Amino acid sequence: MNTGYIILGIAVMALTTYFIRMLPMAIFRKKITNVRIRSFLYYVPYAVLAAMTFPAIFSSTGTTGSAVAGCVAAVILAYLKKGLLTVAVGAAAVVFVVQMLGF
Amino acid sequence: MKKKEFVQGIKDGFPICLGYFSVSMAFGLRAVLLGMPVWSAVAISLFNLTSAGQFAGLNILVAQGTMVELALTTLIINMRYFLMSLSVSQKVHSGMKMLHRLAVSYGITDEIFAVSMQYKSDLTGAYMAGLILTPVLGWTGGTLFGAVAASFMPSALTNAMGIALYGMFIAIIIPPAREQKSVLVTVVMAIVASLGFTYLPVLKNLSGGWAIIVITLLVSGIAAWLFPIDVPAEDADVLGDQCVQENVETEVKCQ
Repeated sequence: MNTGYIILGIAVMALTTYFIRMLPMAIFRKKITNVRIRSFLYYVPYAVLAAMTFPAIFSSTGTTGSAVAGCVAAVILAYLKKGLLTVAVGAAAVVFVVQMLGF
Repeated sequence: MKKKEFVQGIKDGFPICLGYFSVSMAFGLRAVLLGMPVWSAVAISLFNLTSAGQFAGLNILVAQGTMVELALTTLIINMRYFLMSLSVSQKVHSGMKMLHRLAVSYGITDEIFAVSMQYKSDLTGAYMAGLILTPVLGWTGGTLFGAVAASFMPSALTNAMGIALYGMFIAIIIPPAREQKSVLVTVVMAIVASLGFTYLPVLKNLSGGWAIIVITLLVSGIAAWLFPIDVPAEDADVLGDQCVQENVETEVKCQ
């Protein structure tokens, strides 16, 4: 593959992505005081993460059965307020065991 | 103080680093299988630091697509970072220098954003530097490893690691959803909407990147309208704000 084409392509992708991330940080330098907008921004993380996780999590491991088991494990661990690493590794461990069992 | 925050960032970034390593391994492996040189896979990961966005970009590059196509696809898939960056801009310490803001912007990924929103006080440059550094190492390191060695890994292991990042997201949304009805309602609405955009006719035709943006705008908007929060714009923690000053004198005062 043409090296020049690859480099140009990487630059286009990188700059596009960077501008999306950089513009709000550069523009909104003052704290927004409007309660509606502050409330909106407060809920953004929960909305975006929940939408990205479900239903995508069920096709993240190669088999639906192991993904469901891993998801249940993650929800239980998170409900018990375990840390990020514990929940992530716990879910992965459950998936691994379930796959070893043949699901 | 700055060093302590940097180390805290490194620690908080560690779970992201682990999750990234496995996902980017898959990216590196795929890039090489599609005929891309190893250095280019690593460069894509280092300069983009996105998951879905660079997988899509890779496919376009391999198909020798046009630069316009590449830019538009990247824009659509990554547009959600605009909303995340907007949230981060409201949580960074108000005295953060422009140069630091521009540097922090590079590292606003789904996961780094999620963890930074959990941080108990204003975000400082030192904390963000640590929080971005570990995941970047995991992401580019995993890509390199995947490009040269992933074909030797057992599939049960790589499959299992595929759920790690979602596990982390769940760890972030469940505890506050347990405590606050408003967050619970937000999460349930977002899941229902996401299922709709995945399976319902017409709705499912919208690309994944746009669907996430529409759901986020809609659900956060409804939640803000139903449950407005009354957090003051400036945190009352004045001492905490002063501790972040760059000069040594303030740093000493804080300790």
